[in-house]
Amino acid sequence: MTIIKISPPLTEDMVLNLRIGQQVLISGKIYTGRDAAHKRLVELIEKGEPLPVDFTGQIIYYVGPSPAKPGQVIGAAGPTTAGRMDTYTPKILEQGLKGMIGKGKRSQEVIESMKINKAVYFAAIGGAAALISKCIKKAEVVAYPELGPEAIYQLEVEDFPAIVVNDAYGGDLYTEGTKQYALD
Amino acid sequence: MKTITCQEIIDAVAKLCIEACHHLGDDVLKAFEDAAAKETAQGGKEILKLLTENARIAKEDNIPICQDTGFAVVFLEIGQQVKIEGGDINQAINEGVRLGYKKGYLRKSIVGHPLNRVNTGDNTPCVIHTTMVPGENIKITVAPKGGGSENMSALKMLKPAEGVEGVKEFIINTVKNAGPNPCPPLIVGVGIGGTMEKAAIMAKEALLRDIGSVNPQRDLAQLEDELLEEINKLGIGPQGLGGRTTALAVHIKTFGTHIASLPVAVNLNCHASRHKSVLL
Repeated sequence: MTIIKISPPLTEDMVLNLRIGQQVLISGKIYTGRDAAHKRLVELIEKGEPLPVDFTGQIIYYVGPSPAKPGQVIGAAGPTTAGRMDTYTPKILEQGLKGMIGKGKRSQEVIESMKINKAVYFAAIGGAAALISKCIKKAEVVAYPELGPEAIYQLEVEDFPAIVVNDAYGGDLYTEGTKQYALD
Repeated sequence: MKTITCQEIIDAVAKLCIEACHHLGDDVLKAFEDAAAKETAQGGKEILKLLTENARIAKEDNIPICQDTGFAVVFLEIGQQVKIEGGDINQAINEGVRLGYKKGYLRKSIVGHPLNRVNTGDNTPCVIHTTMVPGENIKITVAPKGGGSENMSALKMLKPAEGVEGVKEFIINTVKNAGPNPCPPLIVGVGIGGTMEKAAIMAKEALLRDIGSVNPQRDLAQLEDELLEEINKLGIGPQGLGGRTTALAVHIKTFGTHIASLPVAVNLNCHASRHKSVLL
């Protein structure tokens, strides 16, 4: 299978072109966000207040990087468990978010919301944080610096490798992959 | 009687935190290689090779293997003939964690209160398990434990009538339910017997054993082999994307238990199975 190169902002057509199992290389600007940041974003949405970042067409990478050493752009930066964000995700997708990068299963509610809002979920290799940090060229905190590793960063990435696990058609590679290799 | 100072303990713990997060053990690296040779799923095979590559980069550049540098779990074995001078040993260990996580640019992942959730900023408190042993040494093991795999761990109080079959079913189901979340391939630590907390601590201790080592108890060695085979039939594979390598090892510890009880704890470890020890 050829590897597709993608760059945010993602359009609906770009999302609909992606299917489970597809390998991608992501380049350009993406945002980070995990538990505490998601909680704050959803609180703002519920109050009808503006978000610190316009997520239209954007990708959120679920990551809490380790601190950068002097001279480094970022520390180790592998994906965190996406399922912890499930409670908040549909509300963020309604804001126009088109892509998410993490690892691990998503809830049925999130999969349904991805179908409705035309979005895609990519898995990066969990724990391969030293390797992944090499494709992060810039990192800048754009919101909630007080949250430390949970702050929202804007990252500039080059050929960030990921695989489509949930597409906008309701497909789930975790279920399909396991089924393919299960014995008995 | 030997004297060990708190300063020596602080320095040792700080060093262990950094080493454990940067350098994966040779046993784990060998397990990746062996698994990559055997894995039939092409994607899974590639992932296993990338994990080796990741460990190499971490070691060469002195950066963490995984951004989740974990909850510092510290196992202490204190010799009866040791005198500890210069303060409180538990405070010294926490100080060592504080220092190691700062000096090593490791992620501070601990919140001071589980409900209020404010980061303490220094990765303390750490969890300390202390045992008294004969001799005049202190053995310190630091095992940073990531949240992703810890969250998928489980404990169940079975009925004695459920026996070994019930135990096996619970262990396999725990791995099955965890699916891709704990970053497979896994090391599955199991504690059977004791009380609720004893089973859980044994499950964590079991994760410290070298991958590839054989359980000295023959019946347990056989049970570990059977479980590993069953778990690898689940098809979850590296990163849960499908394959034959769902776990690299199953390690079991047992303890006597109550006539009414059969506790089983399963502590899952991601592929970044980190732990380093020192003897003072």
